[in-house]
Amino acid sequence: MSRGASAGVSRPDHLTEPRWVRGLLLALALGFLALFLLAPLAAVFIEAFKKGWELYLAAIVEPDAWSAIKLTLWVAAVSLPLNLVFGVAAAWAIAKFQFRGKQFLITLIDLPFSVSPVVAGLVFVLLFGSQGWLGPWLQAHDLKVVYAVPGVVLATLFVTFPFIARELIPLMQAQGSEEEQAALTLGASGWQIFWRVTLPNIKWGLVYGAILCNARAMGEFGAVSVVSGHVRGLTNTMTLHVEILYNEYQFAAAFAVASLLALLALVTLLIKNLVEWRSARPGVQTQAEPAATPAALGRPAAA
Amino acid sequence: MNTAPATAIGTARSARRRRNRPGVLPGFGLSMGYAVLYLSLLVLIPLAALPIKSAGLGWDGFWQAVTAPRVMASYRLTFGAALLAALVNLVFGMLVAWVLVRYRFPGKKILDALVDLPFALPTAVAGIALTALYAKNGWLGGPLEHWLGLKVAFTPLGIVVALIFIGIPFVVRTVQPVLEDIEREIEEAAASLGASRWQTIRRVLLPTVLPALLTGFALAFARAVGEYGSVVFIAGNRPMVSEITPLLIISKLEQFDYAGAAAIATVMLLLSFVLLLLINLLQGWQARRGGRLA
Repeated sequence: MSRGASAGVSRPDHLTEPRWVRGLLLALALGFLALFLLAPLAAVFIEAFKKGWELYLAAIVEPDAWSAIKLTLWVAAVSLPLNLVFGVAAAWAIAKFQFRGKQFLITLIDLPFSVSPVVAGLVFVLLFGSQGWLGPWLQAHDLKVVYAVPGVVLATLFVTFPFIARELIPLMQAQGSEEEQAALTLGASGWQIFWRVTLPNIKWGLVYGAILCNARAMGEFGAVSVVSGHVRGLTNTMTLHVEILYNEYQFAAAFAVASLLALLALVTLLIKNLVEWRSARPGVQTQAEPAATPAALGRPAAA
Repeated sequence: MNTAPATAIGTARSARRRRNRPGVLPGFGLSMGYAVLYLSLLVLIPLAALPIKSAGLGWDGFWQAVTAPRVMASYRLTFGAALLAALVNLVFGMLVAWVLVRYRFPGKKILDALVDLPFALPTAVAGIALTALYAKNGWLGGPLEHWLGLKVAFTPLGIVVALIFIGIPFVVRTVQPVLEDIEREIEEAAASLGASRWQTIRRVLLPTVLPALLTGFALAFARAVGEYGSVVFIAGNRPMVSEITPLLIISKLEQFDYAGAAAIATVMLLLSFVLLLLINLLQGWQARRGGRLA
């Protein structure tokens, strides 16, 4: 992340603070991060292993936990490709063409970021619940959306909706469309242009958006909690399973499952930094990198 | 930078040419059509259910539902706690960004990467971890209660703590790139004109990062207002005391009061719109400020 060249160079005295001020600021900042960031992370793993390895493993291989893990993976596997296709389509339309209301469209795409996850879950209950508009029709056809897996998928799709689009739009806008236009004059078809010219240019942005989307899809709690109905072994995702275990005072088991999610978060951060490092390397789309980072982070992202 | 005028002329010219046609590349109809269809089906139509459902209450019923004492108490708590947490993040986020950009210390790269943890860590996990830390028998909760008589978990203070955690990355990540882009010559100039270090920081650096700082603050606040997962575990969730608005929506839903839940959700949705608009304005200000500097 430290992109600034100035970060590594030591500054002359008149361009920096007195030594004791630097020490004080550093201590305050590190203290704040230790207290509010590192302590909770450490607590997850310490609480998870408090009762030993055996209980930890038992909590994870237990059938309900196992089905929660499978459902979480399944939900992420469905939502990721759908939002990926949308993200690429939206970014293509917005970055490569001029039309009225573009800014308004971008704002609408951002909307799910600023809607409370609980509200996101609620709208699907209002639409598909037994009291909802489509409720009677669904009941007549013996279909279940809310308090079933489709509802969980819909809620996850909603909250992870903007991730990939938000990542690709500024990236593709910064890249412009000269290369695509050159390919067009050379006689390439639309799909050829996309696969051979555009996709190689945006691949790191795509990976970046996808891992953030995936982390949110697997970790979503509020929206999923409203629509899932908490049916053990059926509609429980990992975060909901953690909640149930916690409310049943099975703290060690709750933290064991939670530690898997924390591990996922750490792996996500690792890949994210690798991608940033990769795309910041000279020669590998240098201009893409500054656009890529703030877009993903400057929004109310994961929950 | 030299090519900027040429590019500007080029864009203006192509914008004129494109007034009739969106562009020369193929695939506009397909990509635009798909994006708008998907957006409408997944986001816009579902969100439209909120005002329509709450309209069933009539204006008086709606007003009663969204201004009941218990609901008002939840607004006060949600906004108060979100504001307090965003203020803490404003100060410490600025500090962390400053330290990460300007100072050298061991483990800086790892810490820099970990600042994004609240984005990546599921909120439910953050919630139970913070509760374990700040509960009466936790590492931090125990000493705090023993030495300071301060109860954190299961009080409104616990909500603020959870919202601080959730909001950490926003201010840091909006301010950090702006600080990195400030050229050393600007500070050189201030120093050579006789400004003290503190004057340089207050008169030169702070105004430059101000738009980014406020954007980060607004983002952290917007996020904190809607937050649910990390808060429900630590809050205690007592009506009138420590019940946040999103939780109130869920309890209305559990009592099958769909219209009431939709009414409160409509209020929150309107607020989201206002905050989104404000954030867009702030980011526009920031872009102009950045443009002038460069």
